[in-house]
Amino acid sequence: MCLAIPMKVESVKGDFAVVSIGKIKKNVNISLLKNVKKGEYLIVHAGFAIEKLDEKEAKKTLEFLKEII
Amino acid sequence: MKYIEEFRNPEKQRKIVELIIESAKFINFKITLMEVCGTHTITIGKYGIRKLMPKNIHLVSGPGCPVCVTPVDYIDIAIELSKRNDVIVTTFGDLMRVPGSFSTLEKEKANGGKIVVLYSPFDALNIAKKYPDKNIIFLSVGFETTTPSIAQTIKFAKRERIKNFYILVGNKLIPPILEFLLKKKEININGFICPGHVSVIIGTEAYKFIPEKYKIPCVISGFEPLDILYSIYLLLKCIIENKIVVINEYKRAVKDKGNTKAKEMIYEIFDVCDSEWRGIGIVPKSGLKLKEEFLDFDVLKKFKVEVKRKIKNNKCLCGEILKGTKLPFDCPLFGKKCTPENPVGPCMVSSEGTCSAYFKYERK
Repeated sequence: MCLAIPMKVESVKGDFAVVSIGKIKKNVNISLLKNVKKGEYLIVHAGFAIEKLDEKEAKKTLEFLKEII
Repeated sequence: MKYIEEFRNPEKQRKIVELIIESAKFINFKITLMEVCGTHTITIGKYGIRKLMPKNIHLVSGPGCPVCVTPVDYIDIAIELSKRNDVIVTTFGDLMRVPGSFSTLEKEKANGGKIVVLYSPFDALNIAKKYPDKNIIFLSVGFETTTPSIAQTIKFAKRERIKNFYILVGNKLIPPILEFLLKKKEININGFICPGHVSVIIGTEAYKFIPEKYKIPCVISGFEPLDILYSIYLLLKCIIENKIVVINEYKRAVKDKGNTKAKEMIYEIFDVCDSEWRGIGIVPKSGLKLKEEFLDFDVLKKFKVEVKRKIKNNKCLCGEILKGTKLPFDCPLFGKKCTPENPVGPCMVSSEGTCSAYFKYERK
Protein backbone atom coordinates (compact mmCIF):
# COMPACT_ATOMS: atom_id res chain seq x y z
CA MET A 1 0.00 0.00 0.00
CA CYS A 2 3.00 2.27 0.49
CA LEU A 3 3.63 2.18 -3.24
CA ALA A 4 5.02 5.48 -4.52
CA ILE A 5 6.70 6.34 -7.79
CA PRO A 6 9.11 9.04 -9.01
CA MET A 7 7.31 11.51 -11.30
CA LYS A 8 8.70 14.60 -13.06
CA VAL A 9 7.28 18.05 -12.33
CA GLU A 10 5.80 19.68 -15.47
CA SER A 11 4.29 22.76 -13.80
CA VAL A 12 3.52 24.15 -10.34
CA LYS A 13 0.41 26.04 -9.22
CA GLY A 14 -0.02 26.82 -5.52
CA ASP A 15 -0.36 23.62 -3.48
CA PHE A 16 -0.53 21.49 -6.63
CA ALA A 17 1.80 20.35 -9.41
CA VAL A 18 1.28 18.53 -12.68
CA VAL A 19 3.68 15.57 -12.70
CA SER A 20 4.36 12.96 -15.36
CA ILE A 21 5.74 9.47 -15.87
CA GLY A 22 5.90 8.20 -19.45
CA LYS A 23 2.69 9.45 -21.05
CA ILE A 24 0.75 9.65 -17.79
CA LYS A 25 0.12 13.06 -16.26
CA LYS A 26 -1.36 13.72 -12.85
CA ASN A 27 -2.22 16.69 -10.70
CA VAL A 28 -0.78 16.05 -7.24
CA ASN A 29 -0.79 17.89 -3.92
CA ILE A 30 2.67 19.24 -3.04
CA SER A 31 1.85 20.87 0.30
CA LEU A 32 4.03 18.36 2.23
CA LEU A 33 7.14 19.72 0.44
CA LYS A 34 8.96 23.02 0.23
CA ASN A 35 9.97 24.90 -2.95
CA VAL A 36 8.94 22.43 -5.63
CA LYS A 37 10.34 23.38 -9.04
CA LYS A 38 9.68 22.37 -12.63
CA GLY A 39 11.97 19.54 -13.79
CA GLU A 40 12.41 18.01 -10.33
CA TYR A 41 11.39 14.43 -9.59
CA LEU A 42 8.86 13.88 -6.82
CA ILE A 43 7.95 10.66 -5.03
CA VAL A 44 4.19 10.44 -5.38
CA HIS A 45 1.88 8.43 -3.11
CA ALA A 46 -1.93 8.60 -2.94
CA GLY A 47 -2.15 11.92 -4.76
CA PHE A 48 0.46 13.62 -2.58
CA ALA A 49 4.16 14.21 -3.25
CA ILE A 50 5.86 12.90 -0.10
CA GLU A 51 9.47 13.78 -0.96
CA LYS A 52 11.73 15.08 -3.69
CA LEU A 53 13.90 12.48 -5.38
CA ASP A 54 17.53 13.40 -4.91
CA GLU A 55 19.05 12.82 -8.35
CA LYS A 56 22.61 13.18 -7.05
CA GLU A 57 22.05 10.45 -4.46
CA ALA A 58 20.40 8.19 -7.07
CA LYS A 59 23.47 8.54 -9.27
CA LYS A 60 25.79 7.97 -6.29
CA THR A 61 24.04 4.70 -5.38
CA LEU A 62 24.32 3.52 -9.00
CA GLU A 63 27.98 4.53 -9.09
CA PHE A 64 28.63 2.73 -5.83
CA LEU A 65 26.96 -0.39 -7.17
CA LYS A 66 29.22 -0.19 -10.22
CA GLU A 67 32.27 -0.11 -7.94
CA ILE A 68 31.43 -3.13 -5.82
CA ILE A 69 30.30 -5.45 -8.62
CA MET B 1 10.94 5.36 -16.55
CA LYS B 2 13.73 7.32 -14.97
CA TYR B 3 15.11 6.16 -11.59
CA ILE B 4 13.19 2.89 -11.89
CA GLU B 5 14.72 1.00 -14.85
CA GLU B 6 18.32 1.64 -13.71
CA PHE B 7 17.59 -0.22 -10.50
CA ARG B 8 16.30 -3.27 -12.39
CA ASN B 9 19.44 -4.08 -14.40
CA PRO B 10 19.52 -7.92 -14.62
CA GLU B 11 23.31 -8.19 -15.06
CA LYS B 12 23.91 -6.14 -11.93
CA GLN B 13 21.34 -8.21 -10.04
CA ARG B 14 23.21 -11.39 -10.96
CA LYS B 15 26.49 -9.92 -9.73
CA ILE B 16 25.08 -8.82 -6.37
CA VAL B 17 23.60 -12.30 -5.88
CA GLU B 18 27.13 -13.67 -6.39
CA LEU B 19 28.40 -11.23 -3.75
CA ILE B 20 25.66 -12.35 -1.34
CA ILE B 21 26.56 -16.01 -1.90
CA GLU B 22 30.25 -15.25 -1.26
CA SER B 23 29.45 -13.23 1.89
CA ALA B 24 27.17 -15.94 3.28
CA LYS B 25 30.13 -18.33 3.30
CA PHE B 26 31.67 -16.24 6.09
CA ILE B 27 28.61 -16.83 8.28
CA ASN B 28 28.27 -20.25 9.87
CA PHE B 29 24.76 -19.91 11.25
CA LYS B 30 21.23 -19.36 9.98
CA ILE B 31 20.47 -15.73 9.22
CA THR B 32 16.90 -14.46 9.25
CA LEU B 33 16.27 -11.10 7.60
CA MET B 34 12.82 -9.56 7.91
CA GLU B 35 11.27 -7.05 5.54
CA VAL B 36 8.41 -4.97 6.88
CA CYS B 37 6.82 -3.62 3.74
CA GLY B 38 4.27 -5.16 1.38
CA THR B 39 5.95 -3.56 -1.63
CA HIS B 40 9.25 -5.23 -0.64
CA THR B 41 7.38 -8.53 -0.27
CA ILE B 42 6.20 -8.16 -3.87
CA THR B 43 9.68 -7.32 -5.21
CA ILE B 44 11.19 -10.32 -3.40
CA GLY B 45 8.48 -12.61 -4.84
CA LYS B 46 8.31 -11.15 -8.33
CA TYR B 47 12.06 -11.24 -8.96
CA GLY B 48 12.52 -14.65 -7.30
CA ILE B 49 14.95 -13.17 -4.77
CA ARG B 50 14.11 -15.66 -2.00
CA LYS B 51 15.06 -18.59 -4.24
CA LEU B 52 18.38 -16.95 -5.15
CA MET B 53 19.52 -16.81 -1.52
CA PRO B 54 22.17 -19.19 -0.17
CA LYS B 55 20.90 -21.91 2.19
CA ASN B 56 21.69 -20.09 5.43
CA ILE B 57 19.97 -16.82 4.46
CA HIS B 58 16.23 -16.74 5.14
CA LEU B 59 14.01 -13.86 4.08
CA VAL B 60 10.79 -13.53 6.07
CA SER B 61 7.97 -11.02 5.80
CA GLY B 62 6.80 -9.05 8.81
CA PRO B 63 3.64 -6.98 9.44
CA GLY B 64 4.35 -4.56 6.59
CA CYS B 65 0.95 -4.47 4.92
CA PRO B 66 -1.40 -1.96 6.59
CA VAL B 67 -4.45 -3.58 5.00
CA CYS B 68 -3.55 -7.01 6.42
CA VAL B 69 -3.22 -5.71 9.97
CA THR B 70 -6.50 -3.75 9.97
CA PRO B 71 -8.75 -5.43 12.58
CA VAL B 72 -12.01 -7.23 11.75
CA ASP B 73 -13.99 -4.70 13.84
CA TYR B 74 -12.74 -1.86 11.68
CA ILE B 75 -14.13 -3.50 8.53
CA ASP B 76 -17.38 -4.40 10.32
CA ILE B 77 -17.87 -0.77 11.41
CA ALA B 78 -17.13 0.49 7.88
CA ILE B 79 -19.71 -1.95 6.49
CA GLU B 80 -22.33 -0.88 9.04
CA LEU B 81 -21.72 2.76 8.12
CA SER B 82 -22.09 2.04 4.39
CA LYS B 83 -25.63 0.77 5.03
CA ARG B 84 -26.84 4.19 6.20
CA ASN B 85 -28.76 6.30 3.70
CA ASP B 86 -27.06 9.52 4.78
CA VAL B 87 -23.52 8.20 4.29
CA ILE B 88 -20.99 7.66 1.49
CA VAL B 89 -17.97 5.59 2.55
CA THR B 90 -14.78 6.38 0.65
CA THR B 91 -11.72 4.14 0.75
CA PHE B 92 -8.43 3.12 -0.85
CA GLY B 93 -9.13 0.17 -3.16
CA ASP B 94 -6.85 -2.04 -1.07
CA LEU B 95 -9.46 -2.37 1.69
CA MET B 96 -12.35 -3.47 -0.53
CA ARG B 97 -11.81 -7.22 -0.28
CA VAL B 98 -10.63 -7.49 3.32
CA PRO B 99 -12.98 -9.88 5.14
CA GLY B 100 -14.94 -8.52 8.07
CA SER B 101 -16.92 -10.86 10.29
CA PHE B 102 -19.64 -11.54 7.74
CA SER B 103 -18.89 -9.61 4.57
CA THR B 104 -16.49 -7.34 2.68
CA LEU B 105 -16.83 -3.77 1.42
CA GLU B 106 -16.74 -5.18 -2.12
CA LYS B 107 -19.75 -7.45 -1.47
CA GLU B 108 -21.60 -4.63 0.26
CA LYS B 109 -21.00 -2.32 -2.68
CA ALA B 110 -22.38 -4.99 -5.02
CA ASN B 111 -25.45 -5.14 -2.76
CA GLY B 112 -26.00 -1.41 -3.02
CA GLY B 113 -23.75 -0.16 -0.23
CA LYS B 114 -22.61 3.41 -0.77
CA ILE B 115 -18.88 2.84 -1.12
CA VAL B 116 -16.54 4.77 -3.42
CA VAL B 117 -12.90 3.85 -4.15
CA LEU B 118 -10.47 6.77 -4.17
CA TYR B 119 -6.89 7.29 -5.32
CA SER B 120 -6.24 10.08 -2.84
CA PRO B 121 -7.85 11.04 0.51
CA PHE B 122 -8.13 14.56 -0.92
CA ASP B 123 -10.69 13.29 -3.45
CA ALA B 124 -13.08 12.64 -0.54
CA LEU B 125 -13.33 16.39 -0.01
CA ASN B 126 -14.54 16.89 -3.58
CA ILE B 127 -17.25 14.30 -2.95
CA ALA B 128 -18.15 16.10 0.29
CA LYS B 129 -18.58 19.38 -1.61
CA LYS B 130 -20.61 17.67 -4.33
CA TYR B 131 -22.99 15.96 -1.87
CA PRO B 132 -23.53 18.46 0.97
CA ASP B 133 -26.54 16.49 2.30
CA LYS B 134 -24.48 13.30 2.76
CA ASN B 135 -21.85 12.43 5.36
CA ILE B 136 -18.63 11.48 3.61
CA ILE B 137 -16.49 9.02 5.57
CA PHE B 138 -12.91 8.24 4.59
CA LEU B 139 -11.45 4.93 5.81
CA SER B 140 -8.20 6.23 7.20
CA VAL B 141 -5.72 3.34 7.20
CA GLY B 142 -2.02 3.32 6.45
CA PHE B 143 1.43 3.65 7.93
CA GLU B 144 3.56 6.79 8.18
CA THR B 145 3.78 6.97 4.35
CA THR B 146 0.06 7.64 4.00
CA THR B 147 -0.85 9.42 7.25
CA PRO B 148 0.62 12.88 6.41
CA SER B 149 -1.60 13.05 3.31
CA ILE B 150 -4.66 12.20 5.41
CA ALA B 151 -3.60 14.71 8.08
CA GLN B 152 -3.21 17.40 5.42
CA THR B 153 -6.67 16.55 4.06
CA ILE B 154 -8.20 17.00 7.54
CA LYS B 155 -6.38 20.29 8.04
CA PHE B 156 -7.71 21.50 4.71
CA ALA B 157 -11.26 20.35 5.58
CA LYS B 158 -11.10 22.33 8.83
CA ARG B 159 -9.78 25.41 7.08
CA GLU B 160 -12.47 25.19 4.38
CA ARG B 161 -15.13 24.45 7.03
CA ILE B 162 -16.25 21.27 5.30
CA LYS B 163 -18.73 19.97 7.85
CA ASN B 164 -19.80 16.68 6.23
CA PHE B 165 -16.37 14.97 6.10
CA TYR B 166 -15.29 12.36 8.66
CA ILE B 167 -12.66 9.67 9.01
CA LEU B 168 -12.61 6.23 10.62
CA VAL B 169 -9.15 6.21 12.15
CA GLY B 170 -7.05 3.06 11.74
CA ASN B 171 -3.57 4.50 11.14
CA LYS B 172 -0.57 2.65 12.52
CA LEU B 173 3.13 3.24 13.21
CA ILE B 174 6.06 1.04 12.17
CA PRO B 175 8.78 1.50 14.86
CA PRO B 176 6.51 0.35 17.76
CA ILE B 177 5.54 -2.89 15.98
CA LEU B 178 9.23 -3.63 15.27
CA GLU B 179 10.02 -3.13 18.95
CA PHE B 180 7.02 -5.33 19.87
CA LEU B 181 8.37 -8.18 17.70
CA LEU B 182 11.85 -7.78 19.18
CA LYS B 183 10.52 -7.81 22.75
CA LYS B 184 8.31 -10.85 22.15
CA LYS B 185 11.32 -12.82 20.87
CA GLU B 186 9.09 -15.34 19.08
CA ILE B 187 11.38 -15.10 16.09
CA ASN B 188 15.12 -14.60 16.01
CA ILE B 189 15.70 -11.72 13.61
CA ASN B 190 19.28 -10.97 12.51
CA GLY B 191 18.52 -7.90 10.43
CA PHE B 192 15.68 -5.69 9.23
CA ILE B 193 15.08 -4.51 5.68
CA CYS B 194 13.25 -1.32 6.64
CA PRO B 195 10.38 0.11 4.59
CA GLY B 196 11.55 2.78 2.14
CA HIS B 197 8.50 4.98 1.93
CA VAL B 198 7.65 4.88 5.63
CA SER B 199 11.27 5.96 6.11
CA VAL B 200 10.83 8.85 3.65
CA ILE B 201 8.63 10.35 6.36
CA ILE B 202 10.25 9.17 9.61
CA GLY B 203 13.91 9.16 8.48
CA THR B 204 16.80 6.88 9.39
CA GLU B 205 16.85 8.22 12.96
CA ALA B 206 13.59 6.47 13.83
CA TYR B 207 15.33 3.06 13.72
CA LYS B 208 18.37 3.95 15.83
CA PHE B 209 16.93 2.16 18.88
CA ILE B 210 17.11 -1.18 17.06
CA PRO B 211 20.92 -1.45 16.82
CA GLU B 212 21.41 0.43 20.09
CA LYS B 213 18.97 -1.51 22.25
CA TYR B 214 18.55 -4.82 20.41
CA LYS B 215 21.93 -5.11 18.62
CA ILE B 216 20.35 -5.77 15.24
CA PRO B 217 21.40 -4.01 12.01
CA CYS B 218 18.84 -2.22 9.80
CA VAL B 219 19.03 -1.24 6.15
CA ILE B 220 16.45 1.14 4.71
CA SER B 221 15.78 -0.13 1.23
CA GLY B 222 14.30 1.11 -2.02
CA PHE B 223 11.82 -1.00 -3.96
CA GLU B 224 13.59 -2.20 -7.07
CA PRO B 225 15.34 -5.58 -7.17
CA LEU B 226 18.81 -3.98 -7.12
CA ASP B 227 17.80 -2.03 -3.99
CA ILE B 228 16.63 -5.16 -2.16
CA LEU B 229 19.64 -7.28 -3.18
CA TYR B 230 22.07 -4.53 -2.26
CA SER B 231 20.31 -4.11 1.11
CA ILE B 232 20.64 -7.84 1.81
CA TYR B 233 24.35 -7.64 0.95
CA LEU B 234 24.77 -4.63 3.28
CA LEU B 235 23.05 -6.49 6.14
CA LEU B 236 25.36 -9.49 5.68
CA LYS B 237 28.34 -7.13 5.64
CA CYS B 238 27.14 -5.59 8.92
CA ILE B 239 26.84 -9.05 10.49
CA ILE B 240 30.25 -10.25 9.25
CA GLU B 241 32.05 -7.06 10.31
CA ASN B 242 29.99 -6.81 13.52
CA LYS B 243 29.00 -3.24 12.62
CA ILE B 244 25.53 -3.02 14.08
CA VAL B 245 24.10 0.19 12.64
CA VAL B 246 21.30 1.69 10.54
CA ILE B 247 22.31 2.03 6.87
CA ASN B 248 20.35 4.03 4.32
CA GLU B 249 20.37 2.31 0.93
CA TYR B 250 17.48 4.46 -0.33
CA LYS B 251 19.35 7.77 -0.07
CA ARG B 252 17.70 9.09 -3.20
CA ALA B 253 14.50 9.42 -1.17
CA VAL B 254 15.25 9.08 2.55
CA LYS B 255 16.95 11.68 4.74
CA ASP B 256 18.23 11.19 8.29
CA LYS B 257 15.41 13.25 9.75
CA GLY B 258 12.85 12.20 7.13
CA ASN B 259 10.34 14.69 5.77
CA THR B 260 10.03 16.93 8.84
CA LYS B 261 7.12 18.90 7.41
CA ALA B 262 5.14 15.70 6.80
CA LYS B 263 6.11 14.31 10.20
CA GLU B 264 4.94 17.47 11.93
CA MET B 265 1.71 17.31 9.98
CA ILE B 266 0.96 13.86 11.45
CA TYR B 267 1.35 15.09 15.03
CA GLU B 268 -0.51 18.33 14.40
CA ILE B 269 -3.64 16.26 13.78
CA PHE B 270 -3.06 12.96 15.60
CA ASP B 271 -1.92 11.68 19.00
CA VAL B 272 -0.25 8.32 19.61
CA CYS B 273 -2.36 5.55 21.20
CA ASP B 274 -2.35 1.78 21.68
CA SER B 275 -3.69 -0.05 18.66
CA GLU B 276 -4.95 -3.48 17.65
CA TRP B 277 -3.08 -5.28 14.87
CA ARG B 278 -5.09 -8.04 13.24
CA GLY B 279 -3.80 -11.46 14.26
CA ILE B 280 -1.26 -9.92 16.65
CA GLY B 281 -3.31 -8.08 19.29
CA ILE B 282 -2.92 -4.76 21.07
CA VAL B 283 0.48 -3.19 20.47
CA PRO B 284 1.42 -0.34 22.83
CA LYS B 285 1.71 3.12 21.29
CA SER B 286 1.49 1.76 17.74
CA GLY B 287 -1.56 3.63 16.52
CA LEU B 288 -2.98 7.10 16.09
CA LYS B 289 -6.13 8.89 17.23
CA LEU B 290 -7.43 12.36 16.38
CA LYS B 291 -6.34 15.17 18.68
CA GLU B 292 -9.10 16.74 20.72
CA GLU B 293 -9.40 19.83 18.51
CA PHE B 294 -10.02 17.59 15.47
CA LEU B 295 -12.50 15.20 17.10
CA ASP B 296 -15.31 16.71 15.00
CA PHE B 297 -13.85 14.68 12.14
CA ASP B 298 -14.08 11.38 14.06
CA VAL B 299 -16.95 9.39 12.57
CA LEU B 300 -17.37 7.41 15.79
CA LYS B 301 -18.16 10.65 17.60
CA LYS B 302 -20.83 11.40 15.00
CA PHE B 303 -22.47 7.97 14.73
CA LYS B 304 -22.82 5.22 17.30
CA VAL B 305 -21.93 1.92 15.63
CA GLU B 306 -22.11 -1.44 17.33
CA VAL B 307 -20.68 -4.59 15.82
CA LYS B 308 -20.49 -8.17 17.02
CA ARG B 309 -17.25 -9.98 16.42
CA LYS B 310 -17.45 -13.43 14.87
CA ILE B 311 -15.52 -16.28 16.47
CA LYS B 312 -12.03 -16.40 15.01
CA ASN B 313 -11.22 -18.96 12.34
CA ASN B 314 -8.66 -20.96 14.27
CA LYS B 315 -7.11 -22.61 11.25
CA CYS B 316 -6.03 -19.31 9.64
CA LEU B 317 -2.38 -18.62 10.45
CA CYS B 318 -2.29 -14.96 9.35
CA GLY B 319 -1.38 -13.82 12.88
CA GLU B 320 1.70 -16.04 12.95
CA ILE B 321 2.56 -15.22 9.33
CA LEU B 322 2.44 -11.49 10.10
CA LYS B 323 4.97 -12.02 12.89
CA GLY B 324 7.22 -14.09 10.64
CA THR B 325 6.96 -17.16 12.90
CA LYS B 326 5.11 -19.22 10.27
CA LEU B 327 5.22 -19.32 6.47
CA PRO B 328 2.14 -19.35 4.23
CA PHE B 329 3.06 -22.95 3.30
CA ASP B 330 2.56 -23.92 6.97
CA CYS B 331 -1.10 -22.89 6.85
CA PRO B 332 -3.58 -25.73 6.09
CA LEU B 333 -5.85 -23.28 4.27
CA PHE B 334 -3.16 -21.79 1.96
CA GLY B 335 -3.87 -22.43 -1.72
CA LYS B 336 -6.81 -24.70 -0.83
CA LYS B 337 -9.66 -23.01 1.01
CA CYS B 338 -7.79 -19.68 0.97
CA THR B 339 -6.86 -18.22 -2.43
CA PRO B 340 -6.70 -14.65 -3.82
CA GLU B 341 -10.16 -15.23 -5.42
CA ASN B 342 -11.57 -16.52 -2.14
CA PRO B 343 -9.42 -15.16 0.68
CA VAL B 344 -10.03 -16.37 4.25
CA GLY B 345 -7.34 -14.34 5.97
CA PRO B 346 -6.21 -10.76 5.38
CA CYS B 347 -2.71 -11.75 4.18
CA MET B 348 -4.34 -13.35 1.13
CA VAL B 349 -6.55 -10.33 0.40
CA SER B 350 -4.18 -7.50 -0.30
CA SER B 351 -1.97 -8.05 -3.35
CA GLU B 352 0.87 -7.02 -1.04
CA GLY B 353 -0.09 -9.50 1.66
CA THR B 354 2.47 -12.23 2.39
CA CYS B 355 0.12 -15.11 1.47
CA SER B 356 -1.03 -13.43 -1.73
CA ALA B 357 2.58 -12.77 -2.82
CA TYR B 358 3.57 -16.37 -2.03
CA PHE B 359 0.51 -17.66 -3.91
CA LYS B 360 1.35 -15.61 -6.98
CA TYR B 361 5.11 -16.01 -7.11
CA GLU B 362 6.38 -18.74 -4.82
CA ARG B 363 4.04 -21.73 -4.90
CA LYS B 364 6.02 -24.95 -4.97
